[in-house]
Amino acid sequence: MTARPVRSEAVLVEANVAARDVALALRIEPGETVALLGPNGSGKSTLLGVIAGTLRDDSSRVAVGERALTGATTWVAPHERGIGLLAQDPLLFPHLSVLANVGFGPRSEGARRAAAAEAARTWLARVGCTDLAARKPAQLSGGQAQRVALARALAAEPAVLLLDEPLAALDVDTRPAMRQLLREVLRDRTAVIAIHDVLDALLLADRVVVLESGRVVEDGPTAEVLTRPRSAFAARVAGLNLLAGRWASGVLVGERSVAGRSHDGLVEGGEAVAAFRPSAVSVYRRAPDGSPRNAWPVTVDALEPQGDQVRVRAGDLSALVTPQAVAELDLAPGAPAVFVVKAAEVELYPR
Amino acid sequence: MRAGEPALPRWAWLPAAGGAVLVLLPLAALVAEVPWRDFAGLVTSDSARVALGLSLRTAVASTVLCVLLGTPMALVLARSSFRGLPLLRAAVLLPLVLPPVVAGIALLATFGRRGLLGHVLEVAGVQVAFSTLAVVLAQTFVALPFLVTSLEGALRTAGRRYETVAASLGASPTRVLLRVTLPLVLPGLFSGAVLAFARALGEFGATITFAGSLQGVTRTLPLEIYLQREVDPDAAVALSVLLMAVAVVVIVVARRDRSGL
Repeated sequence: MTARPVRSEAVLVEANVAARDVALALRIEPGETVALLGPNGSGKSTLLGVIAGTLRDDSSRVAVGERALTGATTWVAPHERGIGLLAQDPLLFPHLSVLANVGFGPRSEGARRAAAAEAARTWLARVGCTDLAARKPAQLSGGQAQRVALARALAAEPAVLLLDEPLAALDVDTRPAMRQLLREVLRDRTAVIAIHDVLDALLLADRVVVLESGRVVEDGPTAEVLTRPRSAFAARVAGLNLLAGRWASGVLVGERSVAGRSHDGLVEGGEAVAAFRPSAVSVYRRAPDGSPRNAWPVTVDALEPQGDQVRVRAGDLSALVTPQAVAELDLAPGAPAVFVVKAAEVELYPR
Repeated sequence: MRAGEPALPRWAWLPAAGGAVLVLLPLAALVAEVPWRDFAGLVTSDSARVALGLSLRTAVASTVLCVLLGTPMALVLARSSFRGLPLLRAAVLLPLVLPPVVAGIALLATFGRRGLLGHVLEVAGVQVAFSTLAVVLAQTFVALPFLVTSLEGALRTAGRRYETVAASLGASPTRVLLRVTLPLVLPGLFSGAVLAFARALGEFGATITFAGSLQGVTRTLPLEIYLQREVDPDAAVALSVLLMAVAVVVIVVARRDRSGL
């Protein structure tokens, strides 16, 4: 049994895999959760593989805290790295009970059967699956299996957790609860999460790194990358509107008041954030009839072509409209306008 | 046939039926030939009981040996990569296509009194050829590829994803092998062992060449059948049916566990 660092550590990784045309360097601060965004084949899985030690390449370097794991003359085997994995597929060992699955990590570390079972129960309780302990993986739903897989990864007390599209295989009904659970457990853990849904990235990550063709093309705080993307890929998938404020009487109150679909964990008076896609924003010259709940007078700052559409920027907000709409509304920098968003298109999260 | 699936062309049934007849007709003819009135007496004669007992004992011993040696071989073939691996794989499969009598001669050249190792063993006071041990070695030699190929296929199908997860949880390679890899391929290991057992039970050519035909020592049931054919054809037929019955039981047991062999 080797002693290993358990609490948050910084991770330093230089992945150089010539065969896959990947050359990128990254530093993850202790306790930080970094989301990797990028198209298929951009190097996300390669980066995770290099950190986990499932991909061996002599020109790569990985260090967790003070401990070198991969280097020119260094190689620590995957099972001695203390790096946890959670993939899209839960991959619970089909021949073991849920309890034995979760206790597998502690047992591997040399814990006695009773102690491992104790630890497993603690982690199962943490993910809300206490009552599933005696079941076999085949008797679990997709959402339950992924919760158990998370408990299993955490029970091994990894110094770093790598997550590869952990929400991708879940259906819409189980996704929010799992997202909330990940949010809680990732709060003060060093973690890297490959993800394709920008809203997931927004909720789970402190920082977003955008990869394209095996290179880092953008790296910054989540809100900044998602609202003001500089790379082509991030602009295509993100460019989200984010508004911060406090949760009060069923709406977000900040610079503007925002109504929307509220998610779990919002507390009265607590910090909250509203997110909606620019394509959900309708642009008017004057406030429309009726009284839409989310209608904000703005001044147009800039018009940017994006694909066959036009991004209308106004302060910290942006809307995506057709060139025809721009012409009909006679939009130009300095012109007044009204941005309107249906409440059903706005997601409200605790911050 | 389920609705919506493309139908098999009707003519394909004809050669398929021909093949089935070729396999089943001789078996039916064999059963028809059995002198059922004397059957009990024929299969319980001293020589028959001794031969059957020896066959079962040696086949079980060979199967155990196949599992102990073949499992690591399958693991190496499925989970490692080095130069010469394809060559090794081909070599392991050789006994499948080698005429058993050639296998017997090869084993003699190795373990015979003047053989490669036999000479050394002789000095140490151990004589392998023409002993029960020789029967077990001959059967293991011919049966090993059945277990190795069956298990290697199961290992490849199982893939490495569970092993990667187990390693990430801190499990050493030995622990991964014993707690994850082997339990996952247990059905493949079982059906491979059943196939190896069946092959060992039916082994004739290598055995008679390398081990001879000493009653109670090396004369297994197939050898007994061959000898009886000269002196008592009825007994040979009865024993053949007995061996066939054992084979059928083996197949049924294997199939019950896994539908696709």
